[in-house]
Amino acid sequence: MTTEAGSETEIKEKAEGSVAQPDQSEATEENQEVVNSESATTEGVEEKKEKEKEGKGISRFLPPWLKKQKSQGQVVPKETSPTKEVPSTQEEVGKVKEEEEEPAPELNGHAEEVEKIEEVKLEEFKEKEAESHSNASADTQPAKEEKIEENIEEIPEETKPAPEGEEQAEEHQQQQEEEKKEQAEEVEGQGEGGEEHPSIFQSPLRLVRKAKMKMVVCHVTLLDGTDFSCEVEKRAKGHYLFFKTCEHLNLLEKDYFGLTYKDSHEQRCWLDPTKEIKRQIRSNNWQFAFNVKFYPPDPSLLTEDLTRYLLCLQLREDVASGRLPCSFVTHALLGSYTLQAEFGDYEPDQPRPLDSISQLTFAPNQNKEMEEKILELHKSHRGLTPALADTQFLENAKKLSMYGVDLHHAKDSEGVDIMLGVCANGLLVYKDRLRINRFAWPKILKISYKRNNFYIKIRPGETEQFESTVGFKLPNHRSAKRLWKVCVENHSFFRLNTPEPPTKARFLTLGSKFRYSGRTQTQTRLASSLIDRPAPNFDRTSSKRISRSLDGAPVISITEAGRVSSPTSLTGAGNGREPTLELHSDSKSPLRVHGDNIYVRHSNLMLEDHDKTQEEVLKHQASISQLKRSFMEAPPPSPPQPNQWEKRLTSSPATTLRIQQQQGVSVTQTEATPADDANFSDTKELGKTTEVEIEETVVIQEVSKATKPAVVTVTASPSPAAPPQREVSEQEVKAAEEATLQEAKGGKQESVSSESESEEEAEYHPNVPSSISHTQIPEEKEEEEEEGEAEREQEEDKSIGNTVASQEAPLVPVEVSPSAEASSGEGEKSRTEGKEEGEGETEESTEDPMVTPDEAPNGHALPEEGITGLIALAEEEETPKVNGDASLAEAERRPQVICCSEPPVVKTEMVTISDTFAAQKTEIATKEVPIVHTETKTITYEAAQLDGSGDGEPGVLMTAQTITSESLCTTTTTHITKTLKGGLSETRIEKRIVITGDSDIDHDQALAQAIKEAKEQHPDMSVTRVVVHKETELAEEED
Amino acid sequence: MANMCPYGRFTHAVVRGIPETFGTVAGAGHENGENSVDLAKAQRQFGVLTGALRQKVGLQLIEIPPDPELPESWRIEDVAVIQGDTALMTRPFKDQRRSEVEAVRRVMSELNLTVVEMGSEEGGSGGATLEGSDVLFTGREFFVGISSHTNHRGAEVLADTFRDFAVSTVPVCGGARLKNICSMGGPNAIIISSSDGAKKTLRMMEQLTDHHYEMLTVPEDSAANCIYIKGPSNVDYLLHRTSDECPDSVPAFQKLPDYTLLPAACSEASKLGASLSSLCLLINRKHTYF
Repeated sequence: MTTEAGSETEIKEKAEGSVAQPDQSEATEENQEVVNSESATTEGVEEKKEKEKEGKGISRFLPPWLKKQKSQGQVVPKETSPTKEVPSTQEEVGKVKEEEEEPAPELNGHAEEVEKIEEVKLEEFKEKEAESHSNASADTQPAKEEKIEENIEEIPEETKPAPEGEEQAEEHQQQQEEEKKEQAEEVEGQGEGGEEHPSIFQSPLRLVRKAKMKMVVCHVTLLDGTDFSCEVEKRAKGHYLFFKTCEHLNLLEKDYFGLTYKDSHEQRCWLDPTKEIKRQIRSNNWQFAFNVKFYPPDPSLLTEDLTRYLLCLQLREDVASGRLPCSFVTHALLGSYTLQAEFGDYEPDQPRPLDSISQLTFAPNQNKEMEEKILELHKSHRGLTPALADTQFLENAKKLSMYGVDLHHAKDSEGVDIMLGVCANGLLVYKDRLRINRFAWPKILKISYKRNNFYIKIRPGETEQFESTVGFKLPNHRSAKRLWKVCVENHSFFRLNTPEPPTKARFLTLGSKFRYSGRTQTQTRLASSLIDRPAPNFDRTSSKRISRSLDGAPVISITEAGRVSSPTSLTGAGNGREPTLELHSDSKSPLRVHGDNIYVRHSNLMLEDHDKTQEEVLKHQASISQLKRSFMEAPPPSPPQPNQWEKRLTSSPATTLRIQQQQGVSVTQTEATPADDANFSDTKELGKTTEVEIEETVVIQEVSKATKPAVVTVTASPSPAAPPQREVSEQEVKAAEEATLQEAKGGKQESVSSESESEEEAEYHPNVPSSISHTQIPEEKEEEEEEGEAEREQEEDKSIGNTVASQEAPLVPVEVSPSAEASSGEGEKSRTEGKEEGEGETEESTEDPMVTPDEAPNGHALPEEGITGLIALAEEEETPKVNGDASLAEAERRPQVICCSEPPVVKTEMVTISDTFAAQKTEIATKEVPIVHTETKTITYEAAQLDGSGDGEPGVLMTAQTITSESLCTTTTTHITKTLKGGLSETRIEKRIVITGDSDIDHDQALAQAIKEAKEQHPDMSVTRVVVHKETELAEEED
Repeated sequence: MANMCPYGRFTHAVVRGIPETFGTVAGAGHENGENSVDLAKAQRQFGVLTGALRQKVGLQLIEIPPDPELPESWRIEDVAVIQGDTALMTRPFKDQRRSEVEAVRRVMSELNLTVVEMGSEEGGSGGATLEGSDVLFTGREFFVGISSHTNHRGAEVLADTFRDFAVSTVPVCGGARLKNICSMGGPNAIIISSSDGAKKTLRMMEQLTDHHYEMLTVPEDSAANCIYIKGPSNVDYLLHRTSDECPDSVPAFQKLPDYTLLPAACSEASKLGASLSSLCLLINRKHTYF
């Protein structure tokens, strides 16, 4: 890889920097400042570019970071680049940079500015950190806050260059402040229970300005009909109000719920938690309703009665209003359970029971006969507690065919009126009341809308060769978008393990960046399983509401239903098989091979979210700086050791760098292993990573026939900083079932995006882990689709080799990890494929371990280093593990444990050359597979390691996504593992980003982004390890 | 939901005897001229079937006397769709058959079923036709075959009647009626013919369903229509065509674990496009809500 040299050096510096204490960093930062100031003042992207071009590919992307790191060792930040081994590569990089000029410069500028700010605050920050460290209990949060503050301050500066930026910066500040507030609140409120971590509530995205902003009173209609008033700042985001409401309700399992508002057209819309409320409601009508957003297919799996009660309330209203159609008998039965829950046992003495019962509305067409039937059934429920009655209610309601189905009016391609129902299992098509078609999520490759058209691209059936696209006409653009959003959210919630990060890279995506930002069902189940507070008391008072609000509700008809809520849940019936759709297809999908991959192409268009782009960019940068900070700080103080990357072996206490040459696939797998930090358990079995790690693997795919994939892995572990924190973090994690998960995946993720920054925006391909279906969710596609597809195909052809590898790699973890979700047949298939491939790769990868030992010794004189080397080995060997060698993995892991005890990080470089790269792909690739000789390097950064001796628990693959542009293919895999150990729970999130791309790709940038994103996603966690794999073509490629 | 329980529990069977006019098309005179239909044989086969239902399976059998004026009244399955406590009286495609409903309706009322009228619901908007032999109820959902005898309007009425359930429409290919190519073979199993048309219908059903069913594919169309009943002591009874009538399929039935197979010939009725299930309505009056 061209960038290799640069990146290596950079990385080293980074590592050093991270090790370095704040004090050291200060000095360096000054230097940086100078540099920064230059660049900043000049607006001059060009100047910066030039500098960067000089040889620092990495510096550009990681400005803040690198600079800090550099500070330790050396004053000259940018000059580090000279170390590059391959001159030619530098040139290439330069070219690339030139090409990329536009996007890159901006980023640089921002980052640099940020750095300045950092300087100023550095001291403060240090102090705070000290505090945080000292405080065992409060630890992580304070740290966060500090970080946040820094960010806030930084942000304003960043924004300077861009006029618009200021506002956003303010928002950021607000957000941050808000977070702090909320955290504080949370801490207070939940101190008793201790179940939830404050972090849960923090969402970096929330914006509320305390003093400056005007306050507005929001009215939220709760499910029991009561009104909840809440004062929020005018610029507060949806999150804030929603959390306030949940707090009011004392609701923990809140992910099934949401707030709705009526738009200017009287349509009920879901309040986007990540956006400002004000911008959504538009009409200054601060009226909201608290509703069930995702109907749990199996309510019995809910943890708390309170949650079930709220679900009952929603369903009662759904039933009474006719939105949830049911038969007479079912009406009566549900009504009788309602009576039992509300009034207890039937009282024969009660005078004229029929009179009182007729005050209540149970059905849209309630009549005397029904009421009598209700009473009759009520008698039979004697003895049922309210909670049991609710449970029975739900058990019956969940079986209704329209349970959780959110209906939308539409017309089919022939103009016939139909209803589209979104639910947990997929998309249903109704004509009148008849189901005439059904598209299960696994069958849907892409969801998009354009104007008032709504499209789904269907995976070809067994006997079909081509994908097909089905189009529907919605009444208008708004409804099309609303439907699209509901689909995106439901797919994410029910189908994914982890929400896909919204695409932040505006370069890559022009379409809507909207993504589901909350926790998925899998996550929320996991989270709620950890709730251990005593069952909260609550009053059942719904009866009033029922009587008053439901009278005269329209008779249920499919047509009528569906407006208000977009609940989607299924009765819980599994679809064992996938229905075969017969449609005509336009294009072949190479994806088919993988079975689950989805390719989405956004050619251009994005609309509503456009304004946000700026904001997001800023956030992004802020997050980068944050990331860098955390990374540096995370490791316990250790003197930075200047390392020569080129020398291949260097160790810095805080960081471990590894360079491996492997095949892309194997590399990826390998990385998974490294993720283990001391904190986390080492005993993991294959594929089961117990720690919270964030690994991001970036693979860059090159358009040119020669493919040079690079893999960057960033591992973040919660509580990397200090041992004291560790406890805290553990606690957090624990309680934080919600906190960690939520933040990681939820609100915070919103802001996260795995971007490979290339100016060209092309396609966004959300990739779902093999076990899960991949769905593309482009908002609008361009008309260029055909072209795009053609391009895509080309890309794929070229990159198949690499891409496959990269894509597959993420899959591997999936295999290993038991995923809570039942995997559909497809999923299994794909898994199998993945395994096979993985195994094949394993053999190849075996080489690495061999190499590693040698390397390890080189860099380090210290025994620690040796250990580190072992660790590296272990990590590397993980690949084999993943593939199937459990024994190896375990053996290797032990060394890691040792390492954990020893904070110092060792850098190791491994080089392996393998030609076999293409072999695996061949099977996968539909078309010709280019054979590439590859050179792979793996660089691992390890930050502080905590002792971890957790029992390895199977990790869960939360997310996998692939973003493909013309020249880049980015696959992001998120792996979450939770470990319960001695009452402490640890959550490790591994994020792996694989970027495959043309020669022009800047790996440094990719790395920077990966780290940044990781940090962004998991503000309370720190990045413990960064692994970079680079693959370079050694020789000619065969086409 | 209240009415949702595994398929196969029945307490009653309603049948209607074979009239002397068996084989003649109502209102159409003797245009068939079918000598091939053997009335006596048909009645014997009918007797075997009803006997099995009553004595082997143990259902309460309600037999409505035949009406010579209604030559097709023995196809009692067509005139009602029963699920739980609700009986939807259908509107057969042929006008001549619509009066068959009356007798059945009385029986339904006597059984305390909630009788829903199709004709009245549609309010004379007309056009809605539905015959029970185009309706496959799986215990979890309805599939309505759109055939020459059943149209979308009819399916809508059915969907409106049984609101708890998903009602999916599927094209009927490879057979005049949906039930001619498939039937329930267990609480979670569908027996389906291997003909191309049946496969097409099957694909559609698989596409539309949220549930997973076991599929028992049989080589002969005639074998695809069976009657499955879960007996009082959890015995699985399967009434199927005799090995004479579907020699290739019987082995498949015999492989069903722990099933009590009750072969019943239906050669005469099948000449008229009917099959075993056409001859009876199955009802479950022991309803438990949950």
